[in-house]
Amino acid sequence: MELIVVFISASIIHNFVLTYFLGLCPFVGVSNKTENALNMGMATTFVMTLTAAATWPVYHYILLRFNIPFLEYVSFIIIIAALVQLVEMYVRKSSPTLYRALGIYLPLITTNCAVLGLALFMVLRDYTYIKSIIFGFGTGVGFTIALLMMSGIREELEFADIPKHFQGIAITMIVAGMMALAFMGFAGLLH
Amino acid sequence: MGAGILISSVVSMGGIGAVLAAFIAVADKKLSVKEDPRIEKLMDILPNTNCGGCGFAGCRSLAEALLKGKAPPTSCVAAGDATARKLASILGVSVTAQKRNIAVVLCHGGTAEARRTAEYRGAVDCTAADLTGGGKACTFGCLGYGECVAACDFGAMGMNDNGLPVVFHDKCVGCGACVKACPRNIIELHSEDHKLFVYCRNKEKGAKARKVCTVACIACGLCVKDCTVEGGIALKDNLAVVDNELAAQNDEATKRCPTKCIHYGLEENITRGSYLASKLKKIS
Repeated sequence: MELIVVFISASIIHNFVLTYFLGLCPFVGVSNKTENALNMGMATTFVMTLTAAATWPVYHYILLRFNIPFLEYVSFIIIIAALVQLVEMYVRKSSPTLYRALGIYLPLITTNCAVLGLALFMVLRDYTYIKSIIFGFGTGVGFTIALLMMSGIREELEFADIPKHFQGIAITMIVAGMMALAFMGFAGLLH
Repeated sequence: MGAGILISSVVSMGGIGAVLAAFIAVADKKLSVKEDPRIEKLMDILPNTNCGGCGFAGCRSLAEALLKGKAPPTSCVAAGDATARKLASILGVSVTAQKRNIAVVLCHGGTAEARRTAEYRGAVDCTAADLTGGGKACTFGCLGYGECVAACDFGAMGMNDNGLPVVFHDKCVGCGACVKACPRNIIELHSEDHKLFVYCRNKEKGAKARKVCTVACIACGLCVKDCTVEGGIALKDNLAVVDNELAAQNDEATKRCPTKCIHYGLEENITRGSYLASKLKKIS
């Protein structure tokens, strides 16, 4: 039961993109087409789950054991970077089409603040190992949901009559703001 | 205590790093992708500026397309004939010489010629200036803030001291980056054989066009009559338009032009003189 709560909380109620405003770069950058958004979302979800799985033992068995928790930022960042490398190699090997579609955004997951944010939140909230993995997966799913909704809206926006000065990033930011307001409605779900 | 933390930090960080490095090294071996070695060879020959002039996403995409036979070796507009031949020799196909395209700026209304109605004090950028009108009375002409010059990856454009962009004929590769950059669509790509152009895009009626710029085309039709080939020049939307495939490549049509907006010859020779004299390279 608790695990379901963690999952729903991470993916919808405390959606990283729309309530914490983390990971806005890919949110704006890769949300042009639904297909790309879905691929990016899945890659990020994969990296996030792995990150949670890899950083938890490092934090609890190395950083806490040796009394050096202040190194969490450094160690989390190198772990994320290495994981993204692995994912990139794997994607390149298994699906060149996906590799080309993701392009520059795959290496950019390395510097996606949502991934680092996830690792830090996980430590801050003192989750158990299983909870952490569910939390990482839920965060990724939430990221994918936000990205997919945004890309759907943006595909429609292509045909909308937007005033010249609001075209492009400006209208995207306005839409993101409105989506964030709508997501606030979920806040009452968890009490 | 202090030294203890230092040592445990260094050791644990080094340990994490070493483990991850070992992981990646193994993965690199296991997951390495075999690529066609010719891609690297083609990449070495291509200019690697990723200008997009070939219509592909970048030089790498072009190299892949070349290998699949989806693009001819002459696709790279930036590199020219020598490169096309080298590419063809790797691919084992033959090439025929290609006519080069160069960019032509079709407005000669610089600071000296075009009337100003306002002073523009916004971002120094044509797209931004175009939103407000830019200051010149002519709403079709060059804004003069050098977005095309900034877009050029090959150093083939500069601004002259009359506030107009100049294309350097010897450096231009015809990639079309400036054509896309210009918010007023003044720049066009033309074969280097084409030398007769009407350097004006003002579609207002003659009297109005003349009011905003001294070198505006007023669509009087004299060049249409003087052109030595029937139909080589036509009037369209209050503008004389040269069909360079048809029009005779000589200066007969330019002689009686009352506003001197039609020229024959390299655009560079018409505008570059003042550019060289001033050595004004910075866009400001």
